[in-house]
Order: sequence, then C-alpha cells, then structure tokens
Amino acid sequence: MAIKTEPFVINIGPVHPSTHGVFRMRATLDGEVIVDLEPVFGYLHRGIEKLAEERTYTGVIPLTDRLDYIASMSNNLAYVLAVEKLAGIAVPERAEYLRVIMAELQRIAAYLVAIGAFLNECGAFFTPFLYMFREREKIIDLFEMVSGQRLLYNYMRVGGVSQDIPEEFLPALGEFLKQMPRFIDEYDRLLKQNEILLARAKGIGILTKEKAVNCSVSGPVLRASGVKWDIRKADPYSIYDRFEFEIPTGEVGDCYDRYRVRIEEMRQSLRIIEQAMEQIPSGAVKSEVPHLIRPPVGEAYAHIEAPKGELGFYLVSDNSIAPYRCHIRAPSLMNLTALREMVIGWKIQDAIIIFGSIDITVGEVDR
Amino acid sequence: MILSLSGKEVAAQLEQQFPGSIIASSENNFLVKSESLLDIAEYLKSSPELDLDYLNHITAVDYYDYFEVVYQLTSIKHNHSLVLKTRCYGRDNPLVPSVVSLWQGADFQEREIYDLMGISFDGHPNLKRIFLWEGFQGYPLRKDYL
Amino acid sequence: MIASPSLNLEHYWQTLPPDWPGGFWWHWLVLTVIIIASVLTLVMGYIWIERRGMARMQARLGPNRVGPFGLLQPVADAIKVLIKEDIVPANADKIVHWLAPVIAFAPALMIFAVIPFQSGTAGRLADLNIGILYVVAIGSVSTVGVFMAGWGSNNKYSLLGAMRNVAAVVSYEIPLVLAIIGVVLIAGSLSLNQIVLAQDIPFILLQPLGFLLFFIAGCAEINRSPFDLMEADSELVAGFHTEYSGMKFALFYLAEYAEALAISAIITTLFLGGWRGPLLPPWLWFVLKVIIVFSVMVWTRTTLPRVRIDQLMALAWKFLLPLALINLLITALEVLAWPEALPWVMIPVNIAIMVVLVLLWSRFFKLGWGRVEV
Repeated sequence: MAIKTEPFVINIGPVHPSTHGVFRMRATLDGEVIVDLEPVFGYLHRGIEKLAEERTYTGVIPLTDRLDYIASMSNNLAYVLAVEKLAGIAVPERAEYLRVIMAELQRIAAYLVAIGAFLNECGAFFTPFLYMFREREKIIDLFEMVSGQRLLYNYMRVGGVSQDIPEEFLPALGEFLKQMPRFIDEYDRLLKQNEILLARAKGIGILTKEKAVNCSVSGPVLRASGVKWDIRKADPYSIYDRFEFEIPTGEVGDCYDRYRVRIEEMRQSLRIIEQAMEQIPSGAVKSEVPHLIRPPVGEAYAHIEAPKGELGFYLVSDNSIAPYRCHIRAPSLMNLTALREMVIGWKIQDAIIIFGSIDITVGEVDR
Repeated sequence: MILSLSGKEVAAQLEQQFPGSIIASSENNFLVKSESLLDIAEYLKSSPELDLDYLNHITAVDYYDYFEVVYQLTSIKHNHSLVLKTRCYGRDNPLVPSVVSLWQGADFQEREIYDLMGISFDGHPNLKRIFLWEGFQGYPLRKDYL
Repeated sequence: MIASPSLNLEHYWQTLPPDWPGGFWWHWLVLTVIIIASVLTLVMGYIWIERRGMARMQARLGPNRVGPFGLLQPVADAIKVLIKEDIVPANADKIVHWLAPVIAFAPALMIFAVIPFQSGTAGRLADLNIGILYVVAIGSVSTVGVFMAGWGSNNKYSLLGAMRNVAAVVSYEIPLVLAIIGVVLIAGSLSLNQIVLAQDIPFILLQPLGFLLFFIAGCAEINRSPFDLMEADSELVAGFHTEYSGMKFALFYLAEYAEALAISAIITTLFLGGWRGPLLPPWLWFVLKVIIVFSVMVWTRTTLPRVRIDQLMALAWKFLLPLALINLLITALEVLAWPEALPWVMIPVNIAIMVVLVLLWSRFFKLGWGRVEV
C-alpha cells in the first residue's frame, strides 16, 4: 500500500542567514526533493532607473555605485563608458590604465566575497569566508587610498577618473601583487580536493551550454558551462586589447566548476594588473568635459565584464542635461532566469548551494 | 572585436523574406512592425549565417506618442550583434508579442517591462508584476507617472 | 582479558579513605552535587574554548572583553538568556513544547553518574556492572526530546530538522555500539571502572580503528560539524529549536555542549585511560584528557564543510558499519588467539590493519554516492 504524500510549500527567505540580501524563494517540496521553485524579489527596488532621469549625467554616477554594492568600481566604469560612447568623449591614456587597474582589483575583491559566501553556504562555518576577507581588506585599503571610501567609491568620471593616485599607491599595489598569488594557492590547496566540498558541489546544479546561452546567462556561470565568452576578449572596451590573459572555462557547468572558474580568473586578473602597472604612463587623468554634459540626440549601449557577468547601460539622450532613459542590464537578474531549471530535482540543501554559486547581489537584481 | 551588423543590410535581407514588415532602418538598428516581430525573431535566431542565439537585453522607452521596445541580440559563434526595435502605440493597453519561446532569458525582462511600463506581452507564460507588489496602481517608469 | 586488574590501583593515589564519606545517601548526595557543579562549570569552559579556539583559527580574536581573556563570556551569555522573554508559538502543543528541553538535557547529565574521574569509590557516583550499556541506553533518550521539540513547535522547518536528527542518530548508534564492543572484548567487562583499570596501555593504541569510528559516530550523534545539518544556520534557520527562546533555548544550547562533554568523557574513559597517569592527581588528568578530545572536535568543526543528509546516511551505513564489523571480527580473533599475549604485538598489527582498511574502503566508497531516500 503506497503512503499518500502531498507536496508542501515553504518559503526560503526573505530574511535568511544565507546572506546575499533580501531574496525570497518559494519552494514546493515533495519530501526533501524540490519540484518547483519560484524566485520572488523586489524587496530592494529603489527605482534607480527613474531617479537617473532626474539627475545630470555626472550625478548618476553615485547612483550606479549602489547597484552591485560589492563591486562598485565596475558599475561606475560601465556607466561612464556608455556616456562617453554617447557623447563621443575621448579618455587620456593614464586614466585608461587607472581604470583597468581599479576594475581588475575590484574583480578580485568581488570574487573573494563570492567564493567565501559560497563556502559558507556549504557549511564551512565562516573559516574560508574570514580568510578571504583578510585579503579583501588589503584591496579595500588600496581603494581607500585612492578614493577615500571603503565600499562605494564614486571614482570614475565621464572622461577619466576623478583624481590621480597618491604616491604610495603603486608601491603598495606592488606589495599586494607579490603576496596575493601565495594566498590564492593556499586557498586552492585547502579546498580543491576537500572530499566534503567535492561531494556537495560536484555534479550539483548542472547547466548545459545551450540552456545557458538561451537563458542569457553571463559571467562566470556562462564560462563554467563551457562557453568561452568574455566581453574583455570578444568586444574589448577601454584598453583590454593591449593585455595578455586567458579565459578559463569549465566543462560540466556544475557548482564546482563555477568555483574553479572564479579561482582561475583571480589569477588572470593578477596578470592583467601586473602588465598595467608596467605600462602606465604619466599625464592627465581626466579630459576636459563641460560641467553639465549635453550629449547629442541618440542612444548608446555599452557593456563590460563585471564580476557578476555582463553589465550594460543603455542610454537614450535628447540633448538635455539628464538622460532621457537609462536602462541597466543587470547580470544578476539574467543569471536568475536559469535558477529554476538548475534546482528542480535536487534537495533543499543543494538549492541553497546552487543559489550561492550563481552569486547574485540583490541590489542589482532589484535596482 | 564584436561586429555590429548594419541595420540597413539586415533589413534589406529581411525585406525579401517578410515583405512589408520593416518600417525603417538605419546604420545601427532597424524597426519592425510589432505583428511580424515573432516571425522575424525566429528567422534571426535560426538562420545559420545570422545565428543570433544570445539575447543581451530588452528595454522599453517611453516617447510620449509611442513606446519603443528595443532588443539587443548577439551571436556567440559568429561574434556579431544586432539591435532590433519595435513600437506600440496607445497608452491604455499596448501589446507586443513575447519572445520567451525563443530566448528564455526574456522571461524576467518582459515581466519587468510589464511591471514598470505597462506593456503587455502576448504569449508570456507568467505575466505578473515582478518588482512591485500585486495591486499596485500605475506604471512608474512612464513619463506621465508623477 | 589481557591486562589484569589486580594491580591494586585503588590505593595508588590515596587522599581519601576508600569509602568516603561513608553511607549510601551521603555518598549519593555529595557526589551528585560535585558532578552537577563540575559538569556545568566544564560546559562553560567548553563554550569558552570553542569560541576562542574557533576564532583564533579563523584569524580573529574571539571574545576578550568580559573578564580576563573573555573567560566570563559564557556567564554573560547565561545571564542574557535567563532574562529573555519566553515565547511560545500560538498553536504549539504546550505540554510537549515545555517538556522537550528537559527531556533533551537530562540524559546528558545522567551519563556522568557512571564515569569514573578519580580512583577509589569516591571517584564515581555508581559502579554499575553494566556501565557502558547504561551510557548507550541513556544517550538515546535525548533524541526523544529533540523530536518532541520539532513536533511541538508547529513549524515546518522544525519538523524537518527533527526528522533529520532522528534518522541520523538512529543510523549512527550502530557503528558507535560496535566500536564500544571492541573495547569491551579487550577489557573483559562492561563496567567503566574495570575498563579504566584494565588500561595499562591506553586502548587507543590497541583499537585505533575503534577510536576513529567512535569519534566520527560520536560527532554525528551530538550534531557537531561536519554533521550539524540539524541546526544548519544557512539552511533551515535553526532546525528544531527555531521556536525556542529564553531559558528553554539555553537548555538546548547547554544540552548540546553537555553531550559533547559526555562524548569526550566517554572517549577518555574508553580509549585514553580515564584518570590514569603519573604525577598529577587523577581528576586533573581526566579533565586534561577531556579538554584535549574536545579541542580536536573544535578543530574539525572549524575546518570541514557540512555533509548533506543522504550523504550522512550513506556514510553511516556504507562506510562506518562495515568497518565496525570488520574491526569487531579482528578484535575477537585476537582476543581468542593471544589471551595473555603481549599487547605490544597487537599494537602494530592493529594500526597496520586500520591504515589498510581505511585506505581501501575510501577507495571504494566516495561520499558523492549514496542516494538513500529519507
């Protein structure tokens, strides 16, 4: 005689210790297995796109900081690239190199948070998280030297960066570059062959290549599924075509591959920073732009490879001092499209791990 | 370097396949009628030399007389991209066909446009508000809201 | 029996007359007070060791404000918890909800009735001749308390957590008991006092595989990392004690550490030689050994991620159980074949067997298998 069972619905979130912000998942469970999952968000919707229509082009830059608050240099960069494309403004050489250095440092910092939070959800009670934060503190100290801020930098400007780096920045950066590879190797060695991590993350939440492309997934999640698509190589913005680096890809597309891709990309970022440090010229850091920028009538879309994926800004201008329409292509929101397929058929504990490996920031999802 | 396909050439190519559906075309993008959007999108995705299988984003812009919906498509294999636009008139119940059946990445983005601009997508499986709560009146991103 | 217990160790460290304080009821009263006071103090010390130790391993400081080196932190926590409001969910089953912490905590204290911490009759509350059987039996009762907590909270999360807990505890009882039987075979008696007296050589050397099995199964029984999915913070908020606050939550918290203390004490008694050791007073040796075992538990907690529920069950049934059976078989053969032989032969043989078995078995069994439907 079969036991009569019925599926029941539980709520994971919105206030949940699994970090990443206010995000809610309504899961329908049959025993421990998930049969349906519906992500519900909007708890952090601040209306940034509407607010951007009332500020000047330069005044939108602090708003963009607050999108993906873990990686705010990248957000700034994407926005100013879009405005420069719209208005046809050129950027001096030194500013380009500074932008690249800041963007890559930010990438390393954001990946450290991503990996730390992922391992925290696997259950390694904060130990790898705190180790990675120790390295992140060094990066944040570098950023504080440059912009005076620890988290929301507001550093890039239309036509360059806001101020030049102080003298102690480059030596401190050199110090950091000497120490960091050893730490990445240490984390890799501690975690790569850990039996429990392999059991929890290998083969879990597989996203196939075709599904990933169809769901408009981007960033490390796409590359872990085997698609070699990185905007720094496919559509180089700024001066990325002058640097030599590789794009790591995964094979299977499970959580373990996403973790490996992030670790390898941190190493490649260190390579880029080294090359940029050698080649950086002296000169101006901001080209002459009027205080209130009035781009000609038109539209432009500029995208960069942010730590979370492809971050793009679509700007429409009608020759006034504020953008007519500013749309933000948020990578976290796109990556969430694939969540439901990845999770169905696994247990709740796996769902938390899969969700952690996609690595979203709710500030970007909700804008 | 990603190649931006010229709107004029693609428009000329499409005019042969689907006569009468292109309204205008320029160097950067081209504009189609909303009724033939789904056929054109399917052709763009499945034709081997275009092969536009990756949908970057969908946006809607409110130009007081009409809404313009902008699609940015990319092909990963050929490394080229294309911008496709369509318009819908009227502010009471604008309607555009949904492309979720072709690119699943359009799912959340179309819901967002419905939520914030009020454009309905025909054929979307789950057209509900995504950021604002059920029962919210009005569409905030429109130019005449506030 | 391998070692003879007639070495008259009862008079080795003689500070008190052998039947102090004389009389059955006085003995019971004094020792009960001593045991309860020292258990509660040691539990507070444990909480401090865990928080400081884990913090230092995570490159941070840990509590260092309250008292010297933060030693009074657990006291501060206890006071905080005592003055909190006691919230009971509206639709909860009141009696079950109220009784659950009591039933979960009491067995942890009752285990200490038979554990010897000093030589002589004053060293333990009772010398049951079925000592270790009593320990195993009482230890299982706290699971009933956990299940009552999960049911009485009227909360899906708590119920899920409690069910997982029951499944895990039941699965890990078997390797636990089988590891104990190996020790019993060598010592020749179930009484904990006799087991300590029989350890001229600590049984960890004679039964290395048994020690390993008991440690792993013990960690799983008391829901410690890497098996702490019952109260996994990042998954089900807090498992079966989600709906508890105030003193009842404090009882669950204390029960968790008291059980950890109990398992450490049992490991010390069975494998490390109890209170035996030169120079220092026996009770000090006992406390030192217990602290060492607990530090190893803190170490594994800080280092390892968490396993999933079906992997937990697979580990118990497919990995630990066959190893425990093989261990029992080999121990029985050795006891039969060399009854009064040199234990020095047994030590290298057993250690070699353990290394070979563990390596061989882990090659066959990978943690990623095992889809036991719970």
